[in-house]
Amino acid sequence: MGRPTADLEPVGLRWGWLATMLAVLLGAALAGITVGPAGIGPGQVINELLGAGLAGRPSTLSSIQQAIIWEIRLPRVALGGLVGGLLSLAGASYQGVFRNPLADPYLLGVAAGGGLGATVVIAMVPGAGSSLLPLAAFVGASVAVALTYAVGRSMGGRSAVSLILAGVAVAAFFTAIQTYILQRNADTIRQVYSWILGLLATTGWREVLVLIPYAVVCGTGLVLHRRLLDVMSVGDEEVDSLGISALRVRTTVVVLATLATAAAVAVSGLIGFVGIVIPHTIRLLVGVSYRSLIPISAVAGAAFLILADLAARTVASPAELPIGVITAFVGAPFFMLVLRTSKRYVA
Amino acid sequence: MSVVIDRLSVSYRPGAPVLRELSLDVNEGEWLGLLGPNGAGKSTLLKAIAGLVEHTGSIRLRGADAASLRHRDRARCVAFVPQEPVIPPGMTVTEYVLLGRTPHLPYLGTEGRSDLTMAASALALLDLEPFANRSMSALSGGERRRVVLARAIAQQADILLLDEPTGALDIGQGQNALELIGYLREERPMTIITAMHDLTLAGQFADRLLLMAGGRVVADGPAAQVLTAEYIREFYQANVEVVSVNSGVAVLPIRNGAR
Repeated sequence: MGRPTADLEPVGLRWGWLATMLAVLLGAALAGITVGPAGIGPGQVINELLGAGLAGRPSTLSSIQQAIIWEIRLPRVALGGLVGGLLSLAGASYQGVFRNPLADPYLLGVAAGGGLGATVVIAMVPGAGSSLLPLAAFVGASVAVALTYAVGRSMGGRSAVSLILAGVAVAAFFTAIQTYILQRNADTIRQVYSWILGLLATTGWREVLVLIPYAVVCGTGLVLHRRLLDVMSVGDEEVDSLGISALRVRTTVVVLATLATAAAVAVSGLIGFVGIVIPHTIRLLVGVSYRSLIPISAVAGAAFLILADLAARTVASPAELPIGVITAFVGAPFFMLVLRTSKRYVA
Repeated sequence: MSVVIDRLSVSYRPGAPVLRELSLDVNEGEWLGLLGPNGAGKSTLLKAIAGLVEHTGSIRLRGADAASLRHRDRARCVAFVPQEPVIPPGMTVTEYVLLGRTPHLPYLGTEGRSDLTMAASALALLDLEPFANRSMSALSGGERRRVVLARAIAQQADILLLDEPTGALDIGQGQNALELIGYLREERPMTIITAMHDLTLAGQFADRLLLMAGGRVVADGPAAQVLTAEYIREFYQANVEVVSVNSGVAVLPIRNGAR
């Protein structure tokens, strides 16, 4: 004891895994841009993107093929990547800040709030849907999470469990209102139904441009909080004894994660399970530290949703499945597996 | 003086104070043992010193008014180990010990070379180097306790607060835990305040004992003065015999009615 000591290995981002996931993301994006009925090969796609897009050489593709790549497939892949990254980031952040491996963007009532907001607009403001939908979803999600937070605090002060329970109650309440509105407006059920299952429909680059500011703000903010999310794992009292306000960290992270979720939900509807499947898979690969989990989950979530969208477009081609069906098909069995294996974390 | 407490009162519910106008001075480098029956306010006193509960009255830490310290500065001064620390599943020993560096880092910052060096020396001090990359979940109870102490050491605080460091331990583990704290104090001068259940261990390890009841101090001094059969009967409702041993005082429970 007391002898001179060797330095420890720095604890930080697992760069190897980040590079691997970035490679997977690139592969997924290339597949997403290539696969489809237009018959453009991967070589042509790379040539078009790097040669014509970056280097400014004349394109070898027809103008229709160019339009398919630049105006249809690329924005759709970008949208899938952004939505997947934001949902996965939000899920990992909620899990950290609530010390609950089952927490995800949907557990706090964010989804129900967003759904209700959108339903109100679709049912009550005929014809105004497309422009008001994102705003309404965002307002609904924010109201839901604020309500969850207020109810949770009044139930049990600082306990994370009371917040989760409050989220379940708020979600049930919002869903009930939503169902009531739907029953009263039977003609709009079909439109809401497609939104509930999630849809990555793009009109050029508009949705992508809407999402980018949210992705930058939430992504930067949450990545900066990655070490504090590790600190949060020892419980509020010990966090406070380390000189950090657990309440302040939780509030900031919840606001950022909710903003990320609401932005994603607003442009793409309710795409479930990304926030739980991806962070858990990444946790198995890189360990529990949020220093790696936060950035790598974001990249992996982006790749996952691009591939899920590819499946949604091709499985029942020429028809298109709602992407939420694909993520639920993969995610629901995975969630059951998590339930079984995470008993020791929850107990 | 390391800790100076003046008329400290804490109430979790209005009208039901847990600490009542308690005043106390703790010397630099002293090991103070807090005794008293359940509900006497031992844990609450530790939490008040660590800044974890609302209180009235004043607490001075190494001369500074605790109320005027920022959270970070207070955490650099006082390290708190709860009775049952939360062990994050899957976290490695190094990651856990580095959490102790939090008060020394900028709010959104990450550890630098000096923090790694400090964590490494805390691990070495507690003979934990072979465990550095192990998962906390894979450690035995005794190893975990050492890792928790290593985190507190990495915090580099002058005042170490331990809530029931021998709680739920068997007789050998309990003795080892306190030997370890005594060893740490020799390696790094620290003021140590422990809430303690086991009177015999308290009577042999702490320099000074404070007997609390109903949120007040009822006896304060060396073991021989505080651990008397009369005090223990009055405040614990226990029938005991107090025996002098080489290393201090031992308290033996005696069955009522026995001769």
